[in-house]
Amino acid sequence: MIEYRAKCSNRFIEGYHRCRKNDLTMRIVVAKPGLDGHDRGAKVIARALRDGGHEVIYTGLRRTPDEIVRIVIDEDAGAVGLSSLSGAHSVLIPRVCEGLRESRMDNVIVFAGGIIPEHDRASLYDVGVRAIFGPGTTSSEILEFLSTIEERSESGEPVGVGEEAGWHW
Amino acid sequence: MALVSELCDLLAEARSGNRRSLSRLLTLVEEGHNPPIERGIGSSLGITGPPGVGKSSLIGKMIDVWVRRGESVAVLAVDPSSPRSGGALLGDRMRMTNADSSDLVFIRSLATRNHPGGLMDCLTPMVDILSECGWDNILIETVGAGQSEIRVVAFADRILLVDGPDRGDIIQAEKAGIMELADLIVINKSDLPEAERAAKAVKSALSVAEDEFTPEVLLVSAHSGIGVEELVDELENTTTSSERERLRVRERLISAWDSALLTSPELDDILQALEKGSITLLDAVDSIRKDG
Repeated sequence: MIEYRAKCSNRFIEGYHRCRKNDLTMRIVVAKPGLDGHDRGAKVIARALRDGGHEVIYTGLRRTPDEIVRIVIDEDAGAVGLSSLSGAHSVLIPRVCEGLRESRMDNVIVFAGGIIPEHDRASLYDVGVRAIFGPGTTSSEILEFLSTIEERSESGEPVGVGEEAGWHW
Repeated sequence: MALVSELCDLLAEARSGNRRSLSRLLTLVEEGHNPPIERGIGSSLGITGPPGVGKSSLIGKMIDVWVRRGESVAVLAVDPSSPRSGGALLGDRMRMTNADSSDLVFIRSLATRNHPGGLMDCLTPMVDILSECGWDNILIETVGAGQSEIRVVAFADRILLVDGPDRGDIIQAEKAGIMELADLIVINKSDLPEAERAAKAVKSALSVAEDEFTPEVLLVSAHSGIGVEELVDELENTTTSSERERLRVRERLISAWDSALLTSPELDDILQALEKGSITLLDAVDSIRKDG
């Protein structure tokens, strides 16, 4: 993690274009699907990702799966984090994953957070979700997940929502 | 480096309405690739103003009006990158929520990436691409809080300044020099009691200026939607003045200059020499100018 931060801070001295190739900055959409009105968690995650050097697009509350897919496309994001506290995760999250695959966004990384019970997780991993973060997750763990994703994708291992399932955090 | 043919393919697909290709193309331009397109064909409207006056909400309502009239809208929403981590929290589109289901709307969030010239280099080609792909209205939104944001909005062809009542912000806007650049000024939150007074204050501040013609000042409420139709109509008739064009070109030149400085291969050496005290700031400027 220390090395990672050091890379990010170089950006200001070296100039953007030159160091862009070396650092791990990702564009990440943080979204609240469905009729869930609580976004404290999503905002904390958005800030943590920003502090980790990433560019975070926060969608605001009550977005449909189609809207979220559209936002990921328009923003050309590399990852999308879906926060759900209302119990609708087993319906809404697979729809986002499906929409991304239908739109040929197979390499987008999908991760989820919020209140997602253990017994619902396997089916989400099956549709391409690569990590599920519950209460008590530290922000450094999420940043470590993204670093791991970067390493895996560099070595050609599947990480995207439309790539071969199997691995998850 | 992306191949020229890849850029051409993406442009052709984007022209035929493929959002994924358009989006990908904008990323490549943001990363410094030159699009296969004539420069300066697009015309954009810059929207700026102090934080919290309701720029994004107002744009959301303006989008509704344009969409109702069957016109398409593309928004480049610029937010600052964190100077500490280099990351950015881009939240403008959460205020434009009606926009995400219409094919007539495209919103792209951009971070300034702490490079005074880096993002600015790509704004003009981005506007050109959007124009080439047939977007009727192209907006650049930025927080008008300081000099670096003025540099962003100066890349637009016309500028709409948004202010709010009851904040004393217009004084800040004057300080930052944004008012001189504005072609049209709106006071948002006209549903609040102090809005009329704020509009009068702005008008009186403008009346002492010696510009050839002063911008209109309109009252709108992004909350209730009152005045938004009129604003959109007024924008169609709003032209810029040669004085303001000169000011904008000046800001663009300064951006380009900063960019050249910060991407100079000698920059690290010069910084080191300055740190040691072996050269003066003027020596440094001379050396970079010769280098260029």
